[in-house]
Amino acid sequence: MLIINNLKASIGGKSILKGISLNVKPGEIHAIMGPNGSGKSTLAAVLAGREFVEITEGTVTYLGKNLLEMAPEDRAKEGIFLGFQYPIEIPGVSMVNFMKTAVNEHRKHKGLDPLSASDFLKLMRDKKELVEIDSKLANRSVNEGFSGGEKKKNEIFQMAMLEPKLAILDETDSGLDIDALRIVANGVNKLKRPDNSFIVITHYQRLLDYIVPDVVHVLYDGRIVKTAGKELALELEEKGYDWIKKEIENNVVS
Amino acid sequence: MEKDQDKILSDVTTGEYKYGFYSDIEMDRIPKGLSEEVVRIISAKKNEPQWLLDFRLKSYRHWLTMKMPTWPNLKIAPINYQEIIFYAAPKERKNPGSIDDIDPELKRTFDKLGIPLQEQKHLAGVAVDAVIDSVSVKTTFKETLAEMGIIFCSFSDAVKEYPDLVKRYMGSVVPYTDNFFATLNSAVFSDGSFCYIPKGVRCPMELSTYFRINSANTGQFERTLLIADEESYVSYLEGCTAPSRDENQLHAAIVEIVAEKNAEVKYSTVQNWYPGDKEGRGGVFNFVTKRGMCKGESSKISWTQIETGSAITWKYPSCILRGDNSTGEFYSVAVTNNYQQADTGTKMTHIGKNTKSTIVSKGISAGHGQNSYRGLVKVLKNASNARNYSQCDSLLLGDKCGAHTFPYLEVDNSTAIVEHEATTSKIGEDQIFYCNQRGISTEDAIGLIVNGYAREVINKLPMEFAVEAQKLLQISLEGSVG
Ligand SMILES: Nc1ncnc2c1ncn2[C@@H]1O[C@H](COP(=O)(O)OP(=O)(O)O)[C@@H](O)[C@H]1O
Ligand SMILES: [Mg+2]
Repeated sequence: MLIINNLKASIGGKSILKGISLNVKPGEIHAIMGPNGSGKSTLAAVLAGREFVEITEGTVTYLGKNLLEMAPEDRAKEGIFLGFQYPIEIPGVSMVNFMKTAVNEHRKHKGLDPLSASDFLKLMRDKKELVEIDSKLANRSVNEGFSGGEKKKNEIFQMAMLEPKLAILDETDSGLDIDALRIVANGVNKLKRPDNSFIVITHYQRLLDYIVPDVVHVLYDGRIVKTAGKELALELEEKGYDWIKKEIENNVVS
Repeated sequence: MEKDQDKILSDVTTGEYKYGFYSDIEMDRIPKGLSEEVVRIISAKKNEPQWLLDFRLKSYRHWLTMKMPTWPNLKIAPINYQEIIFYAAPKERKNPGSIDDIDPELKRTFDKLGIPLQEQKHLAGVAVDAVIDSVSVKTTFKETLAEMGIIFCSFSDAVKEYPDLVKRYMGSVVPYTDNFFATLNSAVFSDGSFCYIPKGVRCPMELSTYFRINSANTGQFERTLLIADEESYVSYLEGCTAPSRDENQLHAAIVEIVAEKNAEVKYSTVQNWYPGDKEGRGGVFNFVTKRGMCKGESSKISWTQIETGSAITWKYPSCILRGDNSTGEFYSVAVTNNYQQADTGTKMTHIGKNTKSTIVSKGISAGHGQNSYRGLVKVLKNASNARNYSQCDSLLLGDKCGAHTFPYLEVDNSTAIVEHEATTSKIGEDQIFYCNQRGISTEDAIGLIVNGYAREVINKLPMEFAVEAQKLLQISLEGSVG
């Protein structure tokens, strides 16, 4: 699905990602953890195609194609979805209009006709139920005046609408109460299929009580410093990131 | 990040003007330049009665004493009136009025513009008066409307067939002395539309005038007069385009509206004159005087404008609220892209008691465009309980463009309530990227955002044109972010 090989990237000349390699197979859930500022969102930005991050080395292959050459909207239509850490408000643009445009662009890309108004509204209804989102949200402007939790749920709703092959969720759990957290996790679990994959970026282990990852990576100072099974998350929760930092300083990390 | 935004912006601001073609129609043109002789020639070409020639001459002589005003926030190269052709008309065929006798090239021109000259299919609910350069070439649905007593014809025909109505109302809202360009128009106007809705009649279809400048070096000076008698209703729409040319072309029009007791007039404009090229060469100078008089009690005049074209736009569709309980409205979206400049707004003059006015102005600037809102709300001494609400929003795409607001208030009655709100916002790179990440191209993202921003105004347009206006907004910003 996604193969990242020795990826190095910088922002404004400052090196942020310092050689990342990752292999995500179909059906897998990868968790990426790590302290603030370690480069998790930057990695997500590279995968989604933000231009302010300069790639200085390495390759990213997505479904056999060179991802780094694709325009952001083409990556989206090829099935990459980014759940933003800080979802953006777009005043004046209704969620309905926004999603209709997005869904129909995806359909066009697949050679399908646009959905009729009634089919589209039905799809909205179904997906709203699936992710237990308040149906009033869909009648408002994109993220405008949404609470932090509503914004995050709205990301999951959009993911459900677009049915991506690879969803990257950037701290979708931060700032959520336990109910919202459960809804977000449920959304992921319901959308999980053998042929699609998730990269779940999180700061805390608690999301991983609900979403069971196949692999957990620790990203620290632009490098993946540890990779293991789901038990790594628990260890981190217990010992904190300082433990990793010490290990690195002592150069005992594999 | 800056660099990235610049690239995006420079891309969306380079859309092409889709109506820039020129049609090779056989024309009757008079020599260029302006003089009393030219005024007489125009009048003679149109076989006008003496009273109209007198009106023109009086206007011309007054114009000679006037200077072009300098108060608008616009940079305008000097205009040489001796280089302009003041009258150009498609050569007459044997039997004007019959669709078969219209120059086929002319028919093709309007087909290309999507304006049907045949009373037919897709715009069946709309009656059209088509004006090319100086004359009206065809008015559709005239007979259908006549059965209800509605007069909808070219201004020239109205002068011949309804001289009393024309004499009574022409200049009653925009006097010939009004301003530099209105006075010029009063001297040299060539054609335009005339419309009269009799007492108690609701006009069953949209009336529309479609203006096309075709000839080179030709000024367009049309005049529209719209009279809504007591208890009547009409919705009227004007559209306009012009070929792409390197030199500037002058358009100085007048629209006068009179609404009698309980009458309602909706006047919508989709202005898409040639805006000039990306470097700011060419484009139409659009200097227009539009004013409505709410003459009778409880009358209402509503202006809606989508201004996407012209190199320079200078217009203030206004309402004189003379009747008690009358209402004036102004809804505007003005786009300036590349090197376009717009100084537009409205003037609401409250004279009667309990008069209400609403102003919603949405400016959109991209490229090097400059957009100014200029509005005057004036409440006279006897206008007790006058109400005004004004909202002026500006949207900026990029950092080379500008938005300015000049709201003026003159209130002479202490019971008046006037409110003014203003906002300025930018389309952020983050917003565009958010859309991109959902599979929406930058161009479509801008379309979505701009149309969302302008929705309140677009919703005021007759339904048939709202969709067109949305597309036009998107096209006119094509290339300004990309
Ligand atoms: N737009 C930006 N401009 C400059 N520096 C940035 C930008 N975004 C992130 N950074 C820097 O990159 C580093 C990694 O940030 P980020 O990827 O957001 O970390 P994380 O998501 O792991 O908290 C930080 O030092 C941050 O300051
Ligand atoms: Mg982050």
